[in-house]
Amino acid sequence: MIPLLALESAERYVAGAYLVFLLLLLIYVAIMAAKLSRIQRELGSLAELAERPTAPRSDHDVGQIHEREHEIETVRQGER
Amino acid sequence: MADALKSITLRRLAVGTVVVLGAGYVLAFFAAPEDADQGFIQKIFYLHVPLATVALCGWIVAAIHAIRHLRTGDPKHDARSYVSIHISVIFGLAVLLTGAIWAKGSWGVWWEWKEPTLVSFLIVFLLYATYYPLRYAIEDRDRQARYASVFAITAGAFVPLNFLAVRLAEPLIHPRTFSSTGGLPDSMLWPFLVCMAGMALLWATLVWFELDSKAASGNLKRIRRALEATA
Repeated sequence: MIPLLALESAERYVAGAYLVFLLLLLIYVAIMAAKLSRIQRELGSLAELAERPTAPRSDHDVGQIHEREHEIETVRQGER
Repeated sequence: MADALKSITLRRLAVGTVVVLGAGYVLAFFAAPEDADQGFIQKIFYLHVPLATVALCGWIVAAIHAIRHLRTGDPKHDARSYVSIHISVIFGLAVLLTGAIWAKGSWGVWWEWKEPTLVSFLIVFLLYATYYPLRYAIEDRDRQARYASVFAITAGAFVPLNFLAVRLAEPLIHPRTFSSTGGLPDSMLWPFLVCMAGMALLWATLVWFELDSKAASGNLKRIRRALEATA
């Protein structure tokens, strides 16, 4: 790498302008990379949440589900 | 046309950007001749002018998306308008910084308040810098999007007016780039046009990248809400 101080005056300004642009671009990319890693972490926690086994249902809940299924079946038969 | 656009992926666009931008700067440094008046420092032109042009066009694109948002109420147009302004503000900051470095090298000063080109660009930049506090000062999402669209349209209309005003004003030291009299010679024009195309591709890539990231973030929030509701 060429040391910046060894450059001619005009070359220093040109190098400075292009480096400033590159630096801005790098800062933007770093911020976006941080955002993406946060999305990645969030995705991991959601995967855990989705894979977590649901609490076992009580006999009362199962009874209610059967009643509801019976009601739906009765309505369907009535429609036919 | 729409199918052709759909087949372009972000990865292809990014690769295209690197190739075109790289080719542009190789041409600018190794093929374009040195400016007889300014010498080597004029190479900043191939960075500064495409950045400024693309930033200004980006603000107009944001205004067009804002009009579509107000007409349809579709939040995707609001997101496009917001991201276009965001990337153009970053480009605008780069324009001000590279311009100041060029000014110091050529004129001996970092800034010249009497030069209409510089001051008018600073005004437009500061105008867009107020977009963020205005947008996030409103909590209601719909109202926020509507007000932001009205701002984007008003400020977007100001961009070409500002450009015309600068054309009509008497230049002090800043040269007029797109003037009708005495344009660039072909040996400088082609590298400049390639750099301009590369910069426009870079803007499009960054806009697409940020839109994808925002969409992913929004989808994650929706999934979390749905999972928490069923848990």
